[in-house]
Order: sequence, then structure tokens, then C-alpha cells
Amino acid sequence: MRGITKVFPRVVANRDVDLSVEPGEIHALIGENGAGKSTLMKILYGLQAPDAGTVRLFGAPLHPHTPAAAIRAGLGMVHQHFMLLPPLTVAENVVLGQEPARLGVFLDRDRAEAELLALSERYRLSVDPRARVESLSVGQEQRVEILKVLYRGARVLILDEPTAVLTPPEVEELYAILRALKAEGKTVLFISHKLAEVMAVTDRVTVMRRGEVAGRVNTRDTSREELARLMVGRPVLFAVEKPPARPGAIALRVQGLSALGHRELPAVRDVSFDALAGEILGIAGVEGNGQTELIEVLTGLREATAGSVELAGQEILRPGRFRKTLRARPNDLLRLGMGHVPEDRHKRGLVLDYSVADNLVLGRHRLREFNGFLLRRGGALLAHARERIASFDIRPPDPHVPARALSGGNQQKIVVARELARDPRVLLACQPTRGVDIGAIESIHRRLIEERERGKSILLVSAELSEILSLADRIAVMYGGRIVGTLDRIDANEERLGQLMTGGAH
Amino acid sequence: MNLLADLWHILWSVETLTGTIRLSIPLLLAALGGVFSERSGVVNIALEGIMLNAAFATVLATHALTHPAVGEVPGGPFADPDLLVFGMWSGVAAGMAAGVLTALIHAVVTVTAKADQIVSGVGVNLLAIGSTQFLCFKFFGSTSNSPTIPAIRPWDLGDFGQSFLGQVLFGYSPLVYLAFGVLALAHVVLFRTTFGLRLQAVGEHPRAADTLGVSVGRMRYAGVLLSGALAGLGGAYLTSDVAQFTQNMTAGRGYIALAAMILGKWTPGGALGACLLFAFAQKFQFALRGAPSPLLQSIPSQFTDMIPYLLTILVLAGLVGRARAPAALGKPYEASEA
Repeated sequence: MRGITKVFPRVVANRDVDLSVEPGEIHALIGENGAGKSTLMKILYGLQAPDAGTVRLFGAPLHPHTPAAAIRAGLGMVHQHFMLLPPLTVAENVVLGQEPARLGVFLDRDRAEAELLALSERYRLSVDPRARVESLSVGQEQRVEILKVLYRGARVLILDEPTAVLTPPEVEELYAILRALKAEGKTVLFISHKLAEVMAVTDRVTVMRRGEVAGRVNTRDTSREELARLMVGRPVLFAVEKPPARPGAIALRVQGLSALGHRELPAVRDVSFDALAGEILGIAGVEGNGQTELIEVLTGLREATAGSVELAGQEILRPGRFRKTLRARPNDLLRLGMGHVPEDRHKRGLVLDYSVADNLVLGRHRLREFNGFLLRRGGALLAHARERIASFDIRPPDPHVPARALSGGNQQKIVVARELARDPRVLLACQPTRGVDIGAIESIHRRLIEERERGKSILLVSAELSEILSLADRIAVMYGGRIVGTLDRIDANEERLGQLMTGGAH
Repeated sequence: MNLLADLWHILWSVETLTGTIRLSIPLLLAALGGVFSERSGVVNIALEGIMLNAAFATVLATHALTHPAVGEVPGGPFADPDLLVFGMWSGVAAGMAAGVLTALIHAVVTVTAKADQIVSGVGVNLLAIGSTQFLCFKFFGSTSNSPTIPAIRPWDLGDFGQSFLGQVLFGYSPLVYLAFGVLALAHVVLFRTTFGLRLQAVGEHPRAADTLGVSVGRMRYAGVLLSGALAGLGGAYLTSDVAQFTQNMTAGRGYIALAAMILGKWTPGGALGACLLFAFAQKFQFALRGAPSPLLQSIPSQFTDMIPYLLTILVLAGLVGRARAPAALGKPYEASEA
């Protein structure tokens, strides 16, 4: 790819980007969110046309500029959000679009399954061709995605943030798969912002920052620190400065809590824990092991089937109206001081089309100070917004722009700024730095520790082990809806947590 | 005892059995059309309008091709009794063509222009009511009904045709057998061909299909136009039953077909079962009206008329359990998100 430039209405996504990948190497493309990695890959794959520049694959220009042409040229994309059809079988998913057929029209399932088995043996990617995709684990789904591109004869595989959804053992398996692919002569383009992975598995690295190439290095000759500096443009502190915790009274007590999840299956099973004032309690676990449902119960978004939750000594679960279920009421939560930074800020954290100022006051919008007799008090709202924007360094510092227009990191800062404005006793911080650039991660982490120092109780739910390990004072691990172990930070390490997270040793 | 005997007779007579089959056919064809459209991700409540337009087109074409010579006016090209059959089948073809054209409107609006699929469907249905009435007046001088046309008759099987088996198995218009053929074909196409796999793919996860080089737009057009052809055949069948066009003669069958398709969990076989159920409800309603028992006759027809529709509502309200719709159903596909 040479001189790639792509301009969107508001931003330049790529400016004069060159990327060259040698056959048979594992090449990493790294950069913060919004650095232009995804746009560059969409252009490479033919999903979007560049405004300037050329794409050449094995020496030949990509023409026409479509995914079909890119696939023909030997390119295969393993998307970050899997492109699978849950009700169909593995074999059907793999062959879709290039199906083996009898008489030209009838799908030849036997041949599809045979070809799939041959591929999976060659690359040691074991899957059951007849299993329905909806019954697979995330790691298995990823294998199906890789098989999909191999089936199409891909010589170059693009993996977009492939480890985001995997457990630590699954990540190790993925590394092995990548090395096997390389041994078979395939080229791998590995998109990531996790430096540990990049160091572990790649040969060369191209770093992007703000739409431009910030550096090209051989993995052998570089370090995490150098890569981070290239990504962010300044040195980054990996360790979070943190004085020892001074835990106080019980702020949140959960006992015997159970709840149903999707399809009415048990998702939270008999969970008990105490969160103390002045400490950060980390909830670790692979996503989908009940953390989401647990938080939903604590915030009144989901009904519990059994158990009790005491916030500041008061029971907040009340009987539901129709069924024999228990549910927390938003008014109790507000009154007793529960703050919530939801894991999906777009769905639950923000009203994207509202202005920054309005988003900053959500939940407290009924307070006297913001309302006159009939109308809202615009002046008070703006003053409040300006104070929050300045205090959290939200950019651009304009209370009037819609939240949609801000970057992920700044959107997250809005959510954190709003929740902390309520001065909550307990803060539920769920994946607080997901999809957030390194600069904002630093600032959000610093805020969480400040709040802890002020005697707040913080429940940190994160799928990122490094985040849990750097912030939490105690760590509870969830697996299969249960808390399978609670460790003091001092006793915890990645290996121990990884075991617990996969239901290994208890 | 009279009452029970009456009910028994209504429920288990040759009449009820054959009537149920006959009434199920237009529902089945439209529901199969719905399966193809919705499996591709396009909600098709336009089935109603498609059937209505097709019914009118069938009558218009059949009439034009088969009307007898009157005075100075020469007869249609197939007016000769020996050639009538060509005229009638041409009418059916015209009905299907009208169905496809009507569906094309829905496809252009929903797939190309990415408009709301429900609103488009309502528009098509209202347009069909108005346009068929207008054209009916234009060609036949009456907004309410057309002259009668020759209808496709069951095969003449002599005495055997009058026996129980003869009536139950062979007492129908050839269109009925065609419909069952279409049912089998629909199942094969959907679940055994590459086309069917791709159709399901664009209804389930259009972006995934797109990244694999399957054209979402083309597959959705195929789904919607196929539903036009099938519902059009259903509309043509309606006219062959009563041998004329009457104002708004579909009377909600498109909607009932849609309900049947959902009850049948978006599968051809399931649609058949559901259509038979709804058709039985309709037949039951007609039979109650003609029942000899005074008590049954005393039920106001307004109530008996409700039976099929009430059943539809109950079914859709989830009495039978939720079915899983194609995941991308109702959502226009945007090729790239910024």
C-alpha cells in the first residue's frame, strides 16, 4: 500500500500511509483507537476506496477495488467482530460464497465437510464441521473464521484484534496457530493495540498515530516502551502509582445472589462478596461468565431470582411486581449512592445525539439546581458542564457538540465525569477503558485511584487482566456464573488468575 | 344431540376436508413467498397487495384472452372452448407477473432506497386496493366486481372422481397440485441449494455475506421478487376459485399468510401446517354459517367471521411460543459504516 489517504467528512483517517508486508512474515499493525488502522484495513480489503494512493498485492494493483477482488488476490480478513451465521453449521459458514455444488445448484455438504476436515488437519485447527456455530465457544468461532479465509485460498491473513475476546490459554493456542500458518508460508497481518502480544508473536511492526505511520521496526530490535512511545507520541507509564489501600467499612454486601441470563438460563449462581470502602475490588473473568448479568442486577437492569444486596447497610432488592423475582429500584440506587460506568457506553452510558452538557447531567437532571419553575436552567447546566469538561480534560472542550462526535476515550470521560459528579458511595466500573486510547486509560485509571483514596468503594469489572492487576486491591474471579476464587492482589498473578478464569484449579 | 351431531358433521366431512385444502392454498403460496422474502431479511407485509394485484391481473388477462365474440366485437384469441385452457393458464402467468412487478416496487423501496419495510408494505397494500378498484372500473365498468371468467377445473375422473378418495385426493384444481409441488421445491431450494444458503446468509448476517462476496442487494431482490411470484400465484388461485374479481377480494389473506409463516418458524413445512390450521378455521367459520342446527345458526355471523383473525392474533401474541426470526430481518443493509 503506498501513499494511502482517506478523508471522512470530519477527519482525515489516513494521510499518505505506506505499508509493506513481506511474504511469510507476521507483521503487526499497531496504534491507538482512532489511529486509522481499521480504515487502512478496510481499504486494503476493498471495503472502502482510498481518496489517493495505490494498493498492490503480490505486485499487482487491486482492481476492481472490491472485497471479491481482494479475496481473489489471496487476501483473507479475520474480523474483530466475527462474521458468522449462528444458526448454520461450521461447514456452511466456511463455504458460504464459494460453495461446492452438485449440478451447479445443489449444495454439496459432504464435499464441504471433507475439504474442511483436510484444512483443519493441515493447520491443526480442530473443529466439528457439523456443529452449529451458535454452540461454539469464542475461541472455536475464531478458528472457524480462520478456516474461512484459508478455504478461500488466502495467502495473506489479516487478523483484526484477534485476542480481544480470548481467554489466556486460547491466546496461547492462537499464537501456535499463527506460527503454524507462518511455517506453511502464509503471511499474517496482525492488528492490535496490545503490546505484549505484538512482542510475543510478530516479526515486524508498523506503528500508526493519528492517521500517519509513526514508525516501522523489527520486533527483535524494539521494546514495549519504544512501541508505546511511538503509538502515543510520548513516554507512557505502565505501572500505576498507587499507595496501599486503607479499606474501611462494608459499602456493598452481596449474598447468595442468583439471576437468569439470556434464554432464561442461570447466569449468576449464588454469588457473595463484600466490597469495602477505600478499596478497588476487581472482578476478573472471561466475558460471558456472568459479570454482565451481575452488574445488571446491581444496577436494577435485571431481576434476581434469589439473594440479597445491601448498599450502605440497606437492602436494595425488592420483590418484583409480577414474578417471584427481586429487583433494585433506580431511585434507591441514586439515593444511596451507586455510580455505574457501563460496559457499553454507546448503549447504556450516553445518549449519543444529546450534547455533552446534557449527557453530563443525565440522572441528576431533575435536581433543583438545574431546573426553574417550568424550564431548565441553561446557565447552570452549562456551568456544570464546563467545570466537568475542564476537570476531566474532555476534548473538544465544547459543551454543545453531540456526544457522538467525540472519540471513544472522550466519550468514556463524559461517563466517568458524570458518575463521579454524583459523589457515589460505590462505583461500578465495567470495562472502563475498553476501546479507549492509552492517554485516556491513564487518566481514567488515575481517577479511579483518587476516588479510592477518598474512601469510595470501587467494583472494577474487566476482561483485561493487566487492568485488574494494576488497579485492584482484591480480585474475585468469575467462571460459569460463580465466584470461583478471591485473591489478595499480592497473591495474584496472570497464571493463577488464568487458571481460575478457565475453571481450572480452585 | 342435534347440536353435537351437527358439530361433528362440520368437523369431519369430506366437505370440510376438501374445503380446508382449497382455502389453504392461497395462504400457503403467499406464506412461501413470505419465507423467501423474510429469509433474505426483508419483511413483506406487501403480500396482501401483491395477491390483490395478481388476482386482478389474472382476471383481466383471462377475460381479454377468452371473452366470447359479441356482435361486432371479436372474441379473445382463446375464446374457442378447445383453446380456453391456454387463456386460463396465461391468466395465471399474468397474475404471477403482476405479483413480481408489485414486489419489485417493494424491493426498490426497501432494498435500493433502504426505506422502512413496514411502511413500504403498507403503501403497496393501499396502492393495490386503490389501483385494482380504479382499473376494474376502467376495464369492466364497475368498481365492485368483474364479469366472470372461465375457471380452471379439476380433472374429470368419472365415477371415481365422485368417490370419497376421488374427492379428497383428486377433487381440486390443478393449481392445488402445483402449489404442493412449489412447496417441495421451496424446501429444496432453501435448504439444499447454494442459493438457499446465500439467501439465509443475507437475512442472518448481511455484512458477513458481503465480506464473502455475496451481493446482499441481489439476494434480497431475489427473495422479494420470488415472494412476488409465489404470492402472485396465490392471488391467481383466489380468482380461479370464484371465477371473478371482487373488490378487495384478498380480505387480509396476505396478513394471515404472514402470520402462518411466522407460526411455521420461517420454514416451508411449518408454513404448510400453519396454513392448514388457519384454513380450517376459515372453513369452520363458513360451515357454521350453513349449519342446520338453529343454535349454531343463531350465532351472529360477525362472531363466526372473527374466528380466523382471532386465531391469527392469538398465535402472533405468542400463544404457541416464540420463534426465532432471521437476525437481520427488517434492517436495511448499509454497505459501509463510517
